[in-house]
Amino acid sequence: MTDTLSQYSVLALYSAMAIYAIAFVLFTLDLAKGASSDAPAGEATKVVVVPERRKLARVAMSLTVLGFVLQLAATLMRGFAASRVPWANMYEFAMTGTLIIVGVFLLVNLKWDMKFLGSFVTGLVLLLLGLAATRYYVEIVPLPPALQSYWLVIHVFVATLATGFFALGFALSLMQLLQTKRESAAAAQEKTRLGFLTRLPDSVQLENYAYRLIIIGFVLWTFTLIAGAIWAEKAWGRYWGWDTKEVWTFIIWTIYAGYIHARSTRGWRGTRSAWLAMVGFAAVMFNFTVVNIFFKGLHSYSGL
Amino acid sequence: MSRPSDHIDSKPVDVDAKIVNPNLGVVGWLRWFWRQLTSMRTALLLLLLLAIAAVPGSLVPQRSSDPNGVSQYFVDHKDTAPILDQFQMFDVYSSAWFSAIYLLLFISLIGCVLPRTKHHIEALQAQPPVTPANLVRLPAYAKISVSGKSAEEVLEAARAVLKSDRYRVARYDRAAGGKGKLKSEAAITVSAERGYMRETGNLIFHFALVGVLIAVGFGGGFGFAGQRAFYEGQAFTNSLIAFDSFNPGRFFDSSTLPPYTIQLDKFTVVYEEKNSNAIGQPVDFTADVTTQIKGEEPQKQTIKVNEPLRIAGTDVYLLGNGYAPTVTIRDPEGNVIFTDSVNFLPQDNNLTSLGVIKLPDGLAEQVGLIGFLYPTVSTGHSGASFSMYPDLIDPQLAFDVYSGDLGLDEGIPRSVYALDTEDMTKLAGRNSPLEAIELKPGESAELPDGLGTVTFDGVKRFVSLDIHRDPTQGWVLVFALSALGGLLISLFIPRRRMWVSVTENADGSVTAECAGLARGDDPTLEGAVIALKDKLERALGLTRD
Ligand code: HEM
Repeated sequence: MTDTLSQYSVLALYSAMAIYAIAFVLFTLDLAKGASSDAPAGEATKVVVVPERRKLARVAMSLTVLGFVLQLAATLMRGFAASRVPWANMYEFAMTGTLIIVGVFLLVNLKWDMKFLGSFVTGLVLLLLGLAATRYYVEIVPLPPALQSYWLVIHVFVATLATGFFALGFALSLMQLLQTKRESAAAAQEKTRLGFLTRLPDSVQLENYAYRLIIIGFVLWTFTLIAGAIWAEKAWGRYWGWDTKEVWTFIIWTIYAGYIHARSTRGWRGTRSAWLAMVGFAAVMFNFTVVNIFFKGLHSYSGL
Repeated sequence: MSRPSDHIDSKPVDVDAKIVNPNLGVVGWLRWFWRQLTSMRTALLLLLLLAIAAVPGSLVPQRSSDPNGVSQYFVDHKDTAPILDQFQMFDVYSSAWFSAIYLLLFISLIGCVLPRTKHHIEALQAQPPVTPANLVRLPAYAKISVSGKSAEEVLEAARAVLKSDRYRVARYDRAAGGKGKLKSEAAITVSAERGYMRETGNLIFHFALVGVLIAVGFGGGFGFAGQRAFYEGQAFTNSLIAFDSFNPGRFFDSSTLPPYTIQLDKFTVVYEEKNSNAIGQPVDFTADVTTQIKGEEPQKQTIKVNEPLRIAGTDVYLLGNGYAPTVTIRDPEGNVIFTDSVNFLPQDNNLTSLGVIKLPDGLAEQVGLIGFLYPTVSTGHSGASFSMYPDLIDPQLAFDVYSGDLGLDEGIPRSVYALDTEDMTKLAGRNSPLEAIELKPGESAELPDGLGTVTFDGVKRFVSLDIHRDPTQGWVLVFALSALGGLLISLFIPRRRMWVSVTENADGSVTAECAGLARGDDPTLEGAVIALKDKLERALGLTRD
């Protein structure tokens, strides 16, 4: 029973990846189309939406929803097969984490049109899932006693949720930097290869979106930090011990606190704060990959 | 707004002009320095510096969390380790440089937050500000025309709408005229402000961080942490001498150790037996104990991983476990000179365990035994024994035997888990005249040279407990949660000002202008002004719901 269920889970996951791959191609074509469009290279001050040209993006979006549903099924089956939450080792972290990134992306799109981030989101998710499925796949094993706690459910889930918001914040900040570049080129009447950004919101608008999402991520991360400390107190008898994972959680928190300050500091709003948002997410990814795999610490027994 | 002078919303201050002023004087310099320290830019740089400074502690093992790793590092990197040590790289989080950064940051924080608090308290008591003359220029603006109502009626309606939206409101009337080219018309206006909680939340957040720092700092000082390993049937009395190791805080008073005993009745390990990918993986550890606080009835309790025992203000954690074989040693005449269970330290996942028995007295010579316990013994191709399963299915105990000087008389503390064989001769075991002694439970064997006999009576389990007290950890939690609450308030409550200005037109109709100004980040401003306009129209009967 357990075996068949976990095999179906793998099958569903691979199908989801195939569909994300198609969505990725379509999203990218849609972006590239913007570049060849005859839209004026002038400054875009308001959100420019060109509905008729966005058919590709809409199809890609529907595919992403389909991929999400398949991945959700894959994750749920893995969880049922293991009779526990499906986030107890690297493979499962990657599965649930990318599911949540896609989920946050879809959710945010209900509020603001962010299809232009589709390439980034599906690309990142494919990369992480590909790595996880090929390099870090493990059979289902029971949880070691140290992980048997409802704090595993809360702490890890909220951390992954925060990661989803940070990921979008990263992509928006990247777009913001490129957009700023394009805008200054346009102002100087220079040619750029960034023409595809003309249809996107302007850099200030992108920055505001990024900020909105990152502060949500920051609140969730703050909660993660506190929940992790409470759990550490229960499991290891001290709430904070500068274990490598704790160190990196702290570093990430501090970088994003820096980002929030930068947004309020004269001379730092704009390009510099966007760089901080990107460094923050780089640290999140580092924490999730390199620290988990190569660094020694109490968390390393969570299994790869 | 008493924010740092380089806050994006504050008016630029010409600091540089003051620097070049040669008559700055000591006070001037101090003031300049203070202003620099409490600026946004400094706070930001210190935060980033703190993030960077925390990195090395994750690359190099730390004495606080991984002392064995540090020792190993000194072995592996003979040349660089002492240099790193000079820079306190093995104690990063208590190092002078790390402390300097966060202390500066917190001084900056206090210097920043105190004037803001004062300013905010004043703002809480002040009226909303006078309505600007030209509302069209504000970031969000809407206008309606009303006929058949007086200006006073319209203004009253606007006031009521704003009040019901929990704005603080004040009325300002303006006569026609005004300075300069901008001749404004006569108008009656309300000025409204809401979202004072935003700044309150921000201040709570920053104060709570100071609270966390102080509580953490004191917690270490008044608490203690001690470890003790003991086997089934054994009892532990909470007193200084009973601990295997003990780390008191700086201000800890050992007379405050609460008197109680904990007896380990039984320790149960459940192993996975069905899942073929995880056979033998432990899935549950349970310690059944009897606790007794002095003067009270004994109580049966359990301790599990993730479920510590809270007793008499201390917390008791299950940290480790292993096997404690029971061994009896007799001299050649058959007199028992040693009988006890001895804690053996696990060496691998299948709990091959290593332990030491030292016999300084009673035999012809001082004797030391190094024992290997295989819970489920098996023999490899080379003939060497190993354990193939962690549970006690077919246990075997093997001893290497040494005689000579145990080194116990020199007054140097020796670990109970290690045997210093430098001044000893190996009598049995690999590379010695005799094979190691191998015993199954209940079996006995002769020690070499007719020294006596050794009997393997059976195996118990032992646990190692960590006993803690951290009197301020509750406070740390309270402050951390306050910080979280303050953060939520300050990031998600919009602070804004709204104005409604009512003018009477020549034809007797009335124009009402609504405008808003956000303070800080507020994507909902435009919507709020439109909502205000809609509500006002509804209140005046211009539209129906
Ligand atoms: C331990 C160091 C600090 C941390 C972790 C920290 C963190 C934060 C966070 C997360 C926020 C955004 C949430 C909110 O608005 O309440 C914030 C806002 C703010 N912080 Fe700090 N802070 C620190 C030190 C400082 C210092 C030293 C100053 C003064 C220079 C300062 C001044 C401010 C100001 C003015 C804001 C409001 C920004 C705005 O108007 O958007 N903070 N801080």
